[in-house]
Amino acid sequence: MYAIQTVDLTKKYKDVVAVDRLNLQIRKGELVSLLGVNGAGKTTIVKMLSCLTKPTCGDAFLNGNSITENTAAVKSIIAVSPQETAIARGLSVYENLELMCGAHGLKRNEQKGKIAELTKQFGFEKIIDKKAGRLSGGWQRRLSIAMALIGEPEILFLDEPTLGLDVLARSELWELIRALKGMVTVILTTHYMEEAEALSDRVAIIKDGKLLIHDTVDEIKKIAQTDRFEEAFVRIVKGVVR
Amino acid sequence: MKMLTFAKRNIKEFIRDPLNLFFGLGFPIALILLLSAIQANIPAKLFEIQRLAPGVTVFGLSFITLFSATIIAKDRSSSFLQRLYTTPLTSMDFILGYTLPLIPIAVVQCIVCYITAVMFGLEITVGVLCAVFFIIPVSVFYIALGLLCGSVFTDKQVGGICGALLTNLSAWLSGVWFDLELVGGAFKKISYALPFVHAVEMERAIVAGNYANIFPHLWWVLVYAVGTLALAVLLFLRQMRK
Repeated sequence: MYAIQTVDLTKKYKDVVAVDRLNLQIRKGELVSLLGVNGAGKTTIVKMLSCLTKPTCGDAFLNGNSITENTAAVKSIIAVSPQETAIARGLSVYENLELMCGAHGLKRNEQKGKIAELTKQFGFEKIIDKKAGRLSGGWQRRLSIAMALIGEPEILFLDEPTLGLDVLARSELWELIRALKGMVTVILTTHYMEEAEALSDRVAIIKDGKLLIHDTVDEIKKIAQTDRFEEAFVRIVKGVVR
Repeated sequence: MKMLTFAKRNIKEFIRDPLNLFFGLGFPIALILLLSAIQANIPAKLFEIQRLAPGVTVFGLSFITLFSATIIAKDRSSSFLQRLYTTPLTSMDFILGYTLPLIPIAVVQCIVCYITAVMFGLEITVGVLCAVFFIIPVSVFYIALGLLCGSVFTDKQVGGICGALLTNLSAWLSGVWFDLELVGGAFKKISYALPFVHAVEMERAIVAGNYANIFPHLWWVLVYAVGTLALAVLLFLRQMRK
């Protein structure tokens, strides 16, 4: 069974087809990047898979659970770190983690254990009592991912996790994302080529809501007949190679 | 309970924002101080404390609408709500979590206003205690109005609509600052078709001990509170499904 399997998944907004009959299979424990230019449909795919918006037609199955018929079961195994940092800015780092523990129904003693574990994993020791709104962009993104991990999801969606971060903050976040590999199935949306190349087991290139290719970085480069992934992406998106 | 975790977060956000404390508590107190000082120096009975204090307690609630609408609109625009929608929190948890914590805050605001009024000559009577109790249905109307605006407008629009328009409506059409009989005509008719003046008249009747005079004002307040809450819930659920 795949972690994610989409069957002709489609989303239309009036006359615009945001996602067009997407058929995608993602194996358990894989880190797959959805790569595309702005407006390609990456965020819409994540929104449908995380039950935030209903597909116009088609379906998707997350560990066998339909996103159209069994949203409660889907929600119990996923977590989302949205494009915006999506943290409670007036609360401290600890309180943000505590809030998510409460939202997932963790008991008081479980909450303390979970927060201690994430504090160590993400290096929050020195900023644990700081207000989230006063943290740097990099730390806010770290907190956002840590909050998503509280419910111990089987599938984690990271929507543009490093957007707007400086090189150092991006590299630190990559380390954290790499550490998640194998433990959880990760779907990462990005439009940074180097990010997709550095982190992904496989890459799905999307254009105008359509899946152009879904393969490993090496295979994509081979198909596009180039050693550079960025060039391979451009060739595939421009339709130079099919 | 999951809802209480979310409610606790909303209380913390309210208390930690100095602007909320200034407008929620400081501004109504300042109004009582200023207008009582004016009253002490003019021969006409414009701002008698028995009529002024109940009016200011009702007017002060418009700032709770502003806070309620702002926090919801910001949670929507920052994707914080989107993140929480993927957790086991239910739609009822969100609605109660945004509404219930503001009721005790409204009651505290009312008590602070009456304590200030007592310092300026308002007698402590059973009526004053009852007036604190009857602020609850009025506060439900104002909080529901915040839920409604926050579900429909962006955080920037909320600032204009709740911060400027609502506070002005609540001020001019409530009869707090002048007798609506003096204006008469369509202005008076519109005012009495809205709940603001009824809330003020009800509070004044209770403070004066004229309990029979709370009708029909109480009915107006209750109908508007229930109607606004029902509409707010519908609109909140609609934006949740979007």
